[in-house]
Order: sequence, then C-alpha cells, then structure tokens
Amino acid sequence: MTSPRPTVVVTGLGATTPLGGTAEETWQAALAGRSGAGPLDASWVEDYELPVSFAAHLATPVTEVLKKVETKRLDPFAQYALVAAREAWADAGSPEVDPERLASAVGTGIGGVQTLLSAWESLRTKGARRVYPLSIPMLMPNSAAGTVSLEFGARAGAHTLVSACSSGAESIAYGLHLIREGLVDVVIAGGSEASIHPLPIAGFTQMQALSTRNDSPETASRPYDVDRDGFLLGEGGAILVLESEEHAKARGANIICTLAGAGVSADSYHIAAPEPEGAGASRAMADAVTDAGATAADVCHINAHATSTPVGDVAEVAAIRRAFGAEADHMAISGTKSMTGHLLGAAGALEAVFAAQAVRDRTAPPTINIENLDPAVDLDIVRDAPRDLPSGDLLVLDNSFGFGGHNVALAFGSY
Amino acid sequence: MAHTEQDILAGLAEIVSEETGVDTSEVTADKTFTDDLDVDSLSMMTIAVTAEEKFGAKIPDEEVKNLKTVGDAVNYIKANQAA
Repeated sequence: MTSPRPTVVVTGLGATTPLGGTAEETWQAALAGRSGAGPLDASWVEDYELPVSFAAHLATPVTEVLKKVETKRLDPFAQYALVAAREAWADAGSPEVDPERLASAVGTGIGGVQTLLSAWESLRTKGARRVYPLSIPMLMPNSAAGTVSLEFGARAGAHTLVSACSSGAESIAYGLHLIREGLVDVVIAGGSEASIHPLPIAGFTQMQALSTRNDSPETASRPYDVDRDGFLLGEGGAILVLESEEHAKARGANIICTLAGAGVSADSYHIAAPEPEGAGASRAMADAVTDAGATAADVCHINAHATSTPVGDVAEVAAIRRAFGAEADHMAISGTKSMTGHLLGAAGALEAVFAAQAVRDRTAPPTINIENLDPAVDLDIVRDAPRDLPSGDLLVLDNSFGFGGHNVALAFGSY
Repeated sequence: MAHTEQDILAGLAEIVSEETGVDTSEVTADKTFTDDLDVDSLSMMTIAVTAEEKFGAKIPDEEVKNLKTVGDAVNYIKANQAA
C-alpha cells in the first residue's frame, strides 16, 4: 500500500562538534569512544569562582573554516550552524532547488548569548555609541535560521524552534511536517548552540545540573553510571538536509536513510524537572514509532537523551520501558553525550546525525565512562565499544527532552 | 599629532576590510561605500564609530550619510580630528 503523504529522506549530514570539525570526524571519534571534554578558560574559573573548570569546546575552531568577516558579523551559534549547513549541503550534492520550495529550520536553546553579554559590556564601559550596530541581528535566536536561509537562498521560510535541549530535534520534526504537507521539497534542518560562557555555566551550576568532576573531565559525563553527577556542557552545530523522496530520486541524490516519523509531547509537570514516570516522553517515543508506520518490535537502537543527570537518565529509562514494555529489551541504547557533552539546542540535531549514521553503517555508537551501571537501569546499554545492528530494515530512535517539559522523538529508517 | 591623509586612508582601508571582507587594496579614495564596497548602513555606522576611535574625530550620525566616498570620509576625518 502506498502512503498518501510524501516519504521524507535524509540526503546530507553536517556537524561541527567537540569530537570533530565534520559529521564524519565526529562519528568516527564517537565510534572510537573519545571524549570531547577539556579545560575551561582558567581566568573565568578564577574570576567568577565557577565550581566547574571544564567543558566540551569545538574540536575545530570556526576561525579555521570561516572568513574573518563571517566570524565578526555572526554570533558563534550562527557560525556553527553555517559551518554545519555548508557541510550538509555539499554532502547532499548541493541540490538545485526552487528557492520557494526550500526552507531552513534551525533551533537553538539560548541563541546569541555571547553577543548579548559582550554588547552589555560595551554599553556599560563605553556607552551606547560603542554598541556594535549588528548586535541585535546577531543575538536574536532566529539569526542561525536566517543566516542559513540567506546562504542557500531558502525562500519558503526560515524557522526557529526554541525548546531548550530538544530544539534541534524539534526543528527536524518541523522540517518533516513541512515536506509531508507538500509545502516544500527540501529543508535544511538542525540546531546550534554556543553558550560556553561564565554566565550560562553559573546558571547551570546553580541548578546543580553540571558535573563538577573537575579532576577528571573526560570521565565526567557518564550516563547511567551510579555515580553520575550532572552533564558536561558542550557546543556545536548539526544539520540534516531533509528532502522529499520524489525530489531526491529525480535528481539522483545519494539517500542516507529515511526520516520515517516524529513524536512531540509536553510534560506539563515542572519547568526544569522531568516527569519521573516518563508519561510524556513515552508518548513522544510511541508516537514517533506509530508515525513511522512501525511497531516497537521494529526499533533496534535508541540514541538516548541521557545527559548524565541523576534524575533525567532514569526518568528516560522508565519512559522507554513504559513506551515499549518487554520489546525494549532488544533495543541497543546509546548515550553519546558521554563523549560529546550536552550541546543543548544542538544536541537533538547532533544525535539525529548519529542516528542517521547508525542506520547507514548498521552500528550503534558506545556509551563511555560507565564504571558501575545504576541498578535502576534495566535496559541493554551499549557500553565501551560500538555494536553491530541487525541485518534487514532498521528503525532507530533519537530522543531529546528539554527544560519546559518538551519531549521529542525522531525515527530514522533504512532506505 | 594630526594624522596625514595617507594615514587616514590606510587606517580606513583596514577598518572597511575588517568590516566587509574586501581587500584593503580595493579601498581607494574614489570608491563609493555603498555601490563599490557593498557597505550597508549598519556597516557604515560601525566604520564611522571605529574611525572615531582610531582618529579621535567625532563623526555625528547625521554626517555619516553625507560620506559617499572613501575620499569624503578621509577629508571629513582630516578636517575634524582632535588637534
């Protein structure tokens, strides 16, 4: 039976992350189980008495790949989106698309926080006339979506979904719907974040969200370990080129996988804490599988949200169990934030890239740093080394949850 | 210490290049900011404020729009720089 709505496929991947300057470098580093953690600027730690002295910075500084004028006129979060989008676009074969059938959808958690804070500094120390005239377009959270639209001539719309740590995944879900609705042929979709700065760090530490394992940054992010104590803050950008199957086939594109479905829900429970029973998260996962026209038995691998926080990790485990029951036993669960850190608004997009690569290469990436598995985790966690996925048609989920009670699950399938 | 015309032109070229990415050699006195150098009004504000800082010459906002060419800007700065 043919589906009445367009099938959506992934034709390009791009990323700049703490593990590598490209999507492929990032994937290979993840398969090798590397950590992207490193020291924070020591003067910050000292000047602001930060309780955390490490983060996961980009592996390849953007100054190595962007023109000076681009780094001057764009906030880092828009720079990361641009770098990742250029890679993804080239990976998709730089498609010829009617500009009015091409959209961008680039989410972010915070937006141009570095520009905002440096403009505030200019104002306080030098007065209004010394505030950089591009400050507003640089700091606005839609500047990444706008920049990407400008770069590729996307005139069907430039969309910014802001849902904290699920922004990247929700942007991809939005792109899926745009294509299914027949409104566009191609969407450049993903997320970006650049908030390694004393203020966001101070804010997160005041929430006790960050790991303070200062003596061992590379082992700080340890999803599912009994001694996990918070997340590792990362930065970066990740972009997928989503395309209708018809459009991709007509131009002879290399199709990486399908974006088979998406599920979105809200907890309506607490502004920052996950609902412990995982009702909302499980609904998002179940909906993504149903939307893909599949069942729990078809899911072989989940790239979990798994940030390494004491509450969040087990809430997600409960949600997976609740959504899939005994079928969850045959799903290989990976917590790639153990390596990349938590990229906030870019996390869901980076993990979507990982999910697409997992389908393509039939491999689930590892979860590193689990010394003692939390007894509350009764799922099959892929530990220490990558694992082969079965033969036949694969269905892989990417979970992302965010402050505000957002839950997003994406389902990627073999093509 | 007053800046000479050459000094100002060279300094402006650097500022314009920094802001727009054009090569400093492109920034000559006869070039218009808008058409030749692709400087929009926002970039023009930045260039004016940066030039103020560099040369100690006040360039009021209402004057900025009268500076059509690089030469105009050089002359304005030369005439209005702090003694």
